[in-house]
Amino acid sequence: MTLYLFLILGFFAVLSALMVVFSKNPIHSILYLVLTFFAIAGEYVLLNAQFLAIVNIIVYAGAIMVLFLFVVMLLNLNHETEPHKSMLRKLIAVIAAGLLMVVLVGSLKGADTMAIQPFSHNAGLIENLGKVLFDQFLLPFEVSAVLFLAAMVGAVMLGKKDIK
Amino acid sequence: MTFSLFIIYKIVLVVVVFLISLVIAMYSTYAERKVAAFMQDRLGPNRAGPFGILQPVADGVKMFMKEEIIPQVSNKFLFILGPSIAMFTSCITGAVIPWGTSLHLFGHDFSLQVTDINIGILYIMAVTSIGVYGIMIGGWASNNKYSLLGALRASSQMISYEVAMGLAIIALVMHTGTLSLKAIAAQQVGWHWNVFYQPVGFLIFLVCAFAETNRTPFDLPESDSELIGGYHTEYSSMKLGFYLFAEYINMFISSAIMSTLYFGGYNMPLIGRLHLSPNTAAILGVVFLFAKIFFFIFFFMWVRWTVPRFRFDQLMNLGWKILIPLSIFWVAITGFVTLMIHR
Repeated sequence: MTLYLFLILGFFAVLSALMVVFSKNPIHSILYLVLTFFAIAGEYVLLNAQFLAIVNIIVYAGAIMVLFLFVVMLLNLNHETEPHKSMLRKLIAVIAAGLLMVVLVGSLKGADTMAIQPFSHNAGLIENLGKVLFDQFLLPFEVSAVLFLAAMVGAVMLGKKDIK
Repeated sequence: MTFSLFIIYKIVLVVVVFLISLVIAMYSTYAERKVAAFMQDRLGPNRAGPFGILQPVADGVKMFMKEEIIPQVSNKFLFILGPSIAMFTSCITGAVIPWGTSLHLFGHDFSLQVTDINIGILYIMAVTSIGVYGIMIGGWASNNKYSLLGALRASSQMISYEVAMGLAIIALVMHTGTLSLKAIAAQQVGWHWNVFYQPVGFLIFLVCAFAETNRTPFDLPESDSELIGGYHTEYSSMKLGFYLFAEYINMFISSAIMSTLYFGGYNMPLIGRLHLSPNTAAILGVVFLFAKIFFFIFFFMWVRWTVPRFRFDQLMNLGWKILIPLSIFWVAITGFVTLMIHR
């Protein structure tokens, strides 16, 4: 039962991810991306990672995608104003994306899959997650926090109109 | 409890919560007009039925009977999807709110909460953050500049105030030590209401709740004097009704959340002294919760007819330059005090 649900959700995730790339209208692309995030959140719930699922929805579907939608709506993109890219650019983009995929597949293949117990009961509960993050992985956690802070300061600096 | 009994009980509970949300939203429209009339020294609706109590029914029938117009240039699917999402997201939040303790009937315990997930507060945050899609999609699909401006205002406002709201909730969670709404409500027995421990957090949450539900003084997405009707300018018939209705359900649900998080939920001081039977106490708890909810709904209306609308830059200043620093400060204070107590 759970496995079938997982497969169905996975199918939807892949389908809507493909639609993100193939749909002509950028607004539709963003809405398909939101659907993808929901399907992935469903997968997280099936893997007992409720916290991750909810945070995925709050951060990605609820905040980042709204900002994307916001920007695209303001840009008012349509067929007339769409810039036409040359063949060379398209080729370069395909090669770059393909290389990224090779890296991803390679890193997944080398990863230690024995540690993952997909249907263990309370692995993703917030208490356990907190204990792991603030105990075992404290340093990487804090380093990523500093990284986010730096990114935030950078964004504010870029957003300022007049830098003295 | 057998499986079939469990399913029936959950379905009944879901339907009851859903119907109560709808009826309260329906009568909130009536109450809003009566409160407005009272504050402006008028009578308010008084023609349909005694004291006009059939007015919401008449309004509903009117909404259904009106001609349905979908603009030619709009994207039809998204145009219909907008109000549907708005209505859907406002209805599903009621699932995690503990409406009472539990009733003991026929040898089984029936909890008066649809589901007790251990991340209840985050679920509410997630649903509110998706709620903005209803407005954005509707406003964009209308293909109207006023609608688009209203939608953009709504989304920027909701994203801004979600940050302060999240920080206020973090302070609350530091105090309670749990994310489950059931546990938070159960902790506040007697006088241990969270509002006494988290007064600043409650204030921030209250202001953010006004902004998230798009109520005056933060109703800029639909400010009629500048944007005609804001994001629902192009909507007519029941699709407009859905947007308006969703706002009232949101108001009801956020009142319920404020009562549960900060005002003890179904708890009432001194009621434990009466030594009532568990079932009577549970029913009384539901009554108390609804009394608190009605007070907050009244408060929403009170503010609407008292405080004028902000300007948009004032709204953004309040959100980013006052509420967020204040809430970060409050999180730090709460953390310090919690550390001192639990050391």
